[in-house]
Amino acid sequence: MGLTLMEGNEAIGWGAMAAGCNFFAGYPITPATTIYNTMLELLPPKGGVCLQGEDEIASIGFCLGASMSGMKAMTATSGPGISLYSEQISFAIGSEIPLVIVDVQRLGPSTGSATKGADGDIQFLQWSNSGGLPVIVLAPVDVKDCYTLTMQAFNLAEQYRCPVFVAANKEVSMTRETIDLDALDLPQTIDRRTAAADRPFLPFGVHEDQLVPDFLPIGGERLVRQTSSTHGTDGYITTDPEQIGAIQQRLDDKLRRNIASFTYYDEYQVPGAETLVITYGVTARAAMTAVKKVQHTNAKASLLVLKTLWPVPEQLILEKAASYRRVVVAEMNLGQYVRELQRVLTDKKIDFIGQMNGELIKPGQIQEVIQHG
Amino acid sequence: MDSLLNSNRPPVFCPGCSHEQVLHALDQALLRMGFSGKDIVMVSDIGCSGLFDTFFNTHAFHGLHGRALTYATGIKMARPDLKVVVTMGDGGLGIGGAHVLSSCRRNIDLTLLVLNNFNYGMTGGQCSSTTPQDAQVGSGFLNKLEKPIDICQVAGAAGAAYVDRISTYDKGLVDGLEAALSFDGFSLLDIWGICPGRYTRRNKITPKNIETDLAKLPGLADYKISNARPEYGRAYRQEAAKLVPAGEPVRIEKSCTAPQSGRMEVVVLGSAGQRIITAGELLCLAGAAAGCHAAQKSDYPITVMRGHSVTDIIISDTEIEYTGIQNPSVVIALAPEGVNRRKKMLAHLAPEALVIKASGIELPSCQASIIEIDCKAEKIKSQDWALVALAVLAQQNKVLTMDMLKAALQLRFKAGQYETAIAMLEKAVVSLGNT
Ligand code: SF4
Repeated sequence: MGLTLMEGNEAIGWGAMAAGCNFFAGYPITPATTIYNTMLELLPPKGGVCLQGEDEIASIGFCLGASMSGMKAMTATSGPGISLYSEQISFAIGSEIPLVIVDVQRLGPSTGSATKGADGDIQFLQWSNSGGLPVIVLAPVDVKDCYTLTMQAFNLAEQYRCPVFVAANKEVSMTRETIDLDALDLPQTIDRRTAAADRPFLPFGVHEDQLVPDFLPIGGERLVRQTSSTHGTDGYITTDPEQIGAIQQRLDDKLRRNIASFTYYDEYQVPGAETLVITYGVTARAAMTAVKKVQHTNAKASLLVLKTLWPVPEQLILEKAASYRRVVVAEMNLGQYVRELQRVLTDKKIDFIGQMNGELIKPGQIQEVIQHG
Repeated sequence: MDSLLNSNRPPVFCPGCSHEQVLHALDQALLRMGFSGKDIVMVSDIGCSGLFDTFFNTHAFHGLHGRALTYATGIKMARPDLKVVVTMGDGGLGIGGAHVLSSCRRNIDLTLLVLNNFNYGMTGGQCSSTTPQDAQVGSGFLNKLEKPIDICQVAGAAGAAYVDRISTYDKGLVDGLEAALSFDGFSLLDIWGICPGRYTRRNKITPKNIETDLAKLPGLADYKISNARPEYGRAYRQEAAKLVPAGEPVRIEKSCTAPQSGRMEVVVLGSAGQRIITAGELLCLAGAAAGCHAAQKSDYPITVMRGHSVTDIIISDTEIEYTGIQNPSVVIALAPEGVNRRKKMLAHLAPEALVIKASGIELPSCQASIIEIDCKAEKIKSQDWALVALAVLAQQNKVLTMDMLKAALQLRFKAGQYETAIAMLEKAVVSLGNT
C-alpha cells in the first residue's frame, strides 16, 4: 500500500498492460502522446509491439491487422486523429474487429488548441462511423478511471468484438495525480471467445443464442476471411437482403441488448434533494464539490456520474432520475450529451451548463445552476 | 495440390483483363515455393485488384482503399511466420501513397504487387497516378495536366531494396513473382497490364507497347545494393530484446506528516528552463510522502527553453475533486513570463496567502504576505530557483516540511543528484536567511 504519482495517460497505458494489451500503434498528438510514450516503454521489452504509424490512418490500420491476427490492440489520439480514423472505425464496427481507441479530447473544432481540454467529441465518437451503428464509449473522471476503464474497454472490445472508445480529456489525461494502485478494484481479464476445433467455423457466423461470432486468428489452421465489404456469415460479399439485414441487426443488438452489463457509473445521493446533477468526465469532479457545498442548504442536489456514455444507458438514467423534479446537466461543450438526456427524460425540467473555452467548468458555476436554475 | 485458387469462386474479371493472368501466375509462384493456403494472407483493398483475396483459398484481409499495407504491416508484426502478399491497383497506390513510402522505408517483409493498368477500372476509367498524359480517360482533360508517377523510382528513392517492373505478358512473370515473394524484406513489383473493360476502349495499348515502354525506363538494380539492410520485424525484435522491462510504478509509503490539514493550492509561475514542472512534481511527491493526495497540472508553450512555465499543485488530506485552482495558499513567482499568465489570480489573492517571489519580479498589488528571495545575489542558478523556493516554503512550515521535501528529493533524484541538491538547498537557505 502506498501512493503512486501518475498522469492519466500513464494510467491508461498501465491499465492496458493489465488487460493484456500486446500491440499499440499511434501517431504523436498532444494531449495523447504520453500514452504512446508509455506503451513504447512498456510493450517492446515484454515482447509486445509498439509502432509509430506514418499517420493516424496507418496507426489504426496496423491495429486492425494485428487484432485480426489475435493480438489485443490499442491506439490513442485526439480529435484531429479521430477524424482520420473515421473510415477505419467504420470498418472495425462492421467487420467486428476488437480494438481499444483512446480519444484524449482537446478543444476543437479542427486543430483547435492542443493543450486545452474539452469534451467536444462526445457525439462525434458515436456518429463518426458510416452506417451509424452503435459503439461503446467510456469516460474516465480521474486517474483511477483511466486505469480501470481502459481495462474494461479491452474486456468489452474482446467480448463484443468491436471498437471501444475511452473518451478521455486533456484535463484528466495530462494531470498527474496520486493513485493507490493496490486498492483498485480491477476486473477479471476477458479474452475473445475462440471457435471450438470440433465446431464448424464461419468468420461471421453465430451459434444459437449468440450475438457475437467466435474468433479465429488470421494465420491459424483454419482459413479466416476479413473484409470491409458487406458480407455474409462466410466473409464473402453478399447482396442477399435477408443475410445483410440479419447481420446489421445483430451488430445493433449485440451492444444494445447487453448495455446493462456494462453500464458504469458513480453516484452521490443526498436525501431530500429535488435536483439531480448528471455529468461525466472531468466535470464530475467540479460537480461533486458543488453538490457537497450545497448539501446542507435548501437547494440540495444529488449527483449521477455516467462512465458509460454510449450506447446511452437509458434504463439507468430513467431509474436514477425517477425521484427528482429537476435535472442539471454539465459538460465541457455547448450541449451534446444533454440531447440524449432530453430524449430520455422527457418529463423532467432540464437545466444545462456548458462551456467551450478551454477551461474547466468551476464548482461555483454548477452550484449557481443548482441554486438558481 | 495443384492450385491455391478457390474452386468455388472462379475469377470474374472482364474478358481479357490482365488481372486474371496475374492471378494464375501468382498461384503458380506460391505453389512452386511450397506454400499452402494457411501459410498465406492475401491483403487487398478497393478496385478490381481488390478481388484477389476472394479468388484464393488462403487467409484473406480485404480493407479500405489504399490502406492494404497498413493491415499487412500489423499482420506481419503479429505473425512474422506468415507470407503476406498485398495487391493494389494504381488507384490504391495513389490514395495510399504515404503507406507505400513508409513501407519502403520500413523494409518489413511484405510483397506489394501493383496491378498497374493506368486507370480506375471499377469506377469508370478515371485517371490514376500512373495514367499517361496523352491517354483518353474518364477524367476529361485532367490527366493531361499531371505527370504520371514511376512508382519504382519513387520506391527505390524511399528505400525499398527490392523494386522491379514487369509486363503481365512477360513469359518470366511467374519467376518475377517468385523472386519478389522470396525477398526477405519489402518487395514491390510493378506489373503493367491491360484493362479491356475501360482503358483500351479509347487507348491503343498492346503487350508489345508495354514491353517497349518498360524497356525505356531507367534500371533499378542499384537499389538492391544501396538499400540493402535487415528486415524490419527481425531488427525490431532484436532491438526490443536488448531493452529492460520497466519496473512496477513506485509506491510511496507515508513517512512524514504534513504541516496542516485541508486542501492546499500552490501555483508556481516561472519561465522555461527554471525546472518549474519538476518543482511541482517534487511538491506532489512530498505530499504523497505525507500520505496526502496530490494533483499537478502544467501550462507551457510547445517551444522549449523559451516562454512561460506554470504549474498548479493541489495537496490535500481528503480526496481531490476539482483540479482547478480556486484559492491558492501559496504562489511562487520566479519569472515575469509566468506572472503574466496569472495576473488576475495574483490580484485576488486572499490575505492568508503567501507569495514567495524572486527579487525584481513585479506583482500586481495584492493582500497576500510576501517573502522575497534574492537568488541572483546569492548566485543561485536560475534552474534551481524553484527548488530553493520550495525549501523556503518548508522553512515556513507551510504546505510542506523539510522532511517532506527531503523524501521527495529522494524519490525523484538518483543517489548522487540527491546529495548535491540537499547541499545546494542547505547553503541557499542559510545565505538567503542572512540577507
Ligand atoms: S474494369 Fe478493367 S481492371 Fe476491372 S476487371 Fe475489367 S478489365 Fe479488369
